[in-house]
Order: sequence, then C-alpha cells, then structure tokens
Amino acid sequence: MATSSSNSPALLEIAEVSKSFGPVAVLRSVSLQVTKGEVVTIIGPSGSGKTTLLRCVNFLESYDSGSIRIDGKEVGYRDSGTRQRRSERDLAAMRAETGMVFQSFNLFPHLTAAGNIMLGLTKVRGKSNAEARSIAEHWLGRVGLAHKADSLPAELSGGQQQRVGIARAVAMEPKILLLDEITSALDPELVGEVLAVVKSLAEDGMTMVMVTHEMAFARDASSRIVFMADGGVSAVGPPKEVLAAETTNERLRTFLARFRASHF
Amino acid sequence: MLSQILYALPFLAEGFALTLWVSLLVVVLSLIAGVLLGVGLVYGPAPLRWSVRIFSDTIRGIPILVLMFFVYYGLPAVGLHLQSFWAAVLALTLFKTAQVVEYVRGAVASIPKGQSEAAMAIGLTFRQRLTSVIFPQAFRRFLPPWINGVTDAVKGSALVSLLGITDLMQAINQVIGRTYEAMPLYILGAVIYFAVNYALSYASRRLERRFAFIRD
Repeated sequence: MATSSSNSPALLEIAEVSKSFGPVAVLRSVSLQVTKGEVVTIIGPSGSGKTTLLRCVNFLESYDSGSIRIDGKEVGYRDSGTRQRRSERDLAAMRAETGMVFQSFNLFPHLTAAGNIMLGLTKVRGKSNAEARSIAEHWLGRVGLAHKADSLPAELSGGQQQRVGIARAVAMEPKILLLDEITSALDPELVGEVLAVVKSLAEDGMTMVMVTHEMAFARDASSRIVFMADGGVSAVGPPKEVLAAETTNERLRTFLARFRASHF
Repeated sequence: MLSQILYALPFLAEGFALTLWVSLLVVVLSLIAGVLLGVGLVYGPAPLRWSVRIFSDTIRGIPILVLMFFVYYGLPAVGLHLQSFWAAVLALTLFKTAQVVEYVRGAVASIPKGQSEAAMAIGLTFRQRLTSVIFPQAFRRFLPPWINGVTDAVKGSALVSLLGITDLMQAINQVIGRTYEAMPLYILGAVIYFAVNYALSYASRRLERRFAFIRD
C-alpha cells in the first residue's frame, strides 16, 4: 500500500480550507494531501468537521476560503482564482471525477440495483444501455450481488444496499472514492460484508478518503489516519503512530480513550 | 316518459361531449402550467417563487364560481372580452393550476435531500437530476391527489352551465325544462358523472400500483 511521499504529486490537494455555518467555524484552515492509491481515514469526535470536509471534496458543500484541487484542477470554483462558482455543467463534470458512498445509502428507490449503477454510466459517461448493463453486472459481481441485479433497493438488506451504493460509485471509475460513515446505519452483523468490499477496493489501488468510526478497520486498511478536532487537523500519520496509546496529543488521547471505553 | 328521454339522448350526448372537452382542456392546460409553476416554486429564483406563491394562495382562496364570473363579466371592463366557453375554461384552468402547483411542490419536497446529493455525486446535471431521479419518485406522490383533482375538475365543469354553455348539466336542465321529468334525468346525469369519475379512480389505482416501487 502506498504511503504519502513528497515526491509524487498529490491527487487530492486540500489547502487551507475554512468554512463557517453562520457564527460556527466548522473547518479551520484544513490542509491535507492525498496521493494516488492512498487510503486516508478521517477520525474524530462528532462535530469535528470530518463529514463536512469530505463533502467539500465533491462540492456538495461549498467552502469560504482555501482551495481543493483534484489532479491540479480546482473543484468548485473557476480556476481563475476569483472564487467564482463553476457553472452547473462544469460542477457536474467535476463531481463525476469523484465517487461518494453515503451513510444512508441514498440508492434511487425507483431503479433496480443495476439501474442505480447504469444511470451515471448512460447519462454522464454516455455509454449505451448494453455497455452500461455489462459494467453494472461486473461491479455487482465484484460486491457479491450478481444475482440481485434486477432487485429494487427496497428488496435488499442494508448491507446489500450499501454494497450497491459502493458499486454505483466505483463503476464510474472515479479518481477518488469518498466514503462517509458508510457502515454507521448498518446492523452490526452487516458491517463486515461492506468493509470487506472496501478492503478489496483498497487492495486494487483505489484512492479513498473515508470517515469512519470503525477503528479496527481504519487501523488495518489505511495508509494514513487523520485525526480532526474542532474543525482542524489535529494529528496525521500512519495508523500505528496516530492510534498509539502513548500519543502526546492530549485531544487524541482523550478521544481514543473514550472510544476504547465505549467500543471494546 | 322513457320515449321523451330517448328522444333527448343525442342532445344529452352533445352536452356530455362538451363536458368531457372542457374537462380535458382544463386538466391538460392546468397540468402543464401547474408543473412549470410548481417546479418554479421549488427551484426558481426568489422573485419567481414569490409570484407563484401569491398566485397560488390568491386563486385558491376564491370560490371557482366567483373566479368564473370575474373572468367573464369582470375582465371586459379592462378590455378583455372572452367567449363564454373560453372564459369558463380560463377560470377553471386558473383554479386547477393553483392546485397542481401545490401537488407538485408537496411531491417534490417529499423526496429526501440524499436523493439529490446521490444524483449530484455521480455527476448528473440539474436537469438530469430532475428528470431521472426527482420526478420519477415525485410522480407517485403527485398522482393520487392529482387524480382526485381531475375528478373534481370533471364535477366542477358543471359550473360552466351558469355561463349559458350547454354542457351535460345544462343539457339536462334544458331537457327537464321541456319534459318536467326532473328525477329520472338528474339520476341519469348523476350516473354519467359517477361513471366517468369511477373510471378515472380505477385507472389511477392501477397507475399507482404500477408505480409503487416502495412499500410504505
């Protein structure tokens, strides 16, 4: 697994991004670089800005200052540096370069599992129905749901729905996959099947940024872990370092201690 | 008595045809206008949203009959003379449009935000999000109240008889005027209105089942 290195250019470059909801600062000058093939996990207490940061990367959330670049291209604003929002068409094209998997799955309930995956392939990637269908079947096979291609989301379990959600995102061949607490809405016995899929994608070299509360998974699957607190990056490094019990970072130690107390 | 009614049947059929024609015009025109304005109410810029809001609230607060008389007898005062038929269609369409706007707003608002976000995340444009994700889902919420509204439109079309237009209602009244057979003719009228609306409700239940992709 790749680790961060200063000589390879960053695929994702978040530079001094700040954002406030009214008087509340949710992101305070956050900087983070992710290189191709890295799996970066963001942890931290609720309200620390993890999910907001992730949602800024595909501009589901706008930000007040700073810049976010993917492959050198500014995500939400025009490259001129004027902070002028991109046109609707430009934004859609930029978002197609990232994939996102949501906590609440957000599958399209009126479409089958295959239909959910095919929508972006036909409408955004311009593929024919037959081509899109075969790609959808390929990815459904990858997440172990080849036999559910024609099932509606309502006919699938939570774990199955989330696996379709992952297939929908990766079928678009995004440069980066964003995973937003994707197991938090699942019954505990369904978490494993979803994480197994994420693990196999990581092994294939998919670049991922994920927010999760699954510490054991974060430790095993991540190249780096980012600990966020109060809207800023408080610690960042390889899992072993960040999750070490003897860390000198006061906030991190408190977080980990609370976490261990409630989860183990 | 029966022969008199049989004799009047072609006349009644003409009235019935006019009732259907008025209803169809009102339903189609209000559907188009209502969907456009309803989408404007949800996604449009503030001035458009306000205008639609005021239009809808005002129209829905006025009895249809007042609206119809206003269009037919009132508008000539500002130089707009409409034939009674078109005055009636306009008034009924305005009224129905205001309702359709609300059905559309309610249906679109009922779709969770996560649906739009998931559609954005795969790179769909605003228009694609509406046509491929929001509308197909909103449609099943829109359908039941709208079909109710269609049956209301058919029943409400009987009001055009008050502008002297010979629809089914007016035809029945005229035949009664000749034959004095009020009871059988009103029953006949009721049966016809009922049959049309029952057929519509039946069709709507079939449609709803066809689009019931979520069990809730």
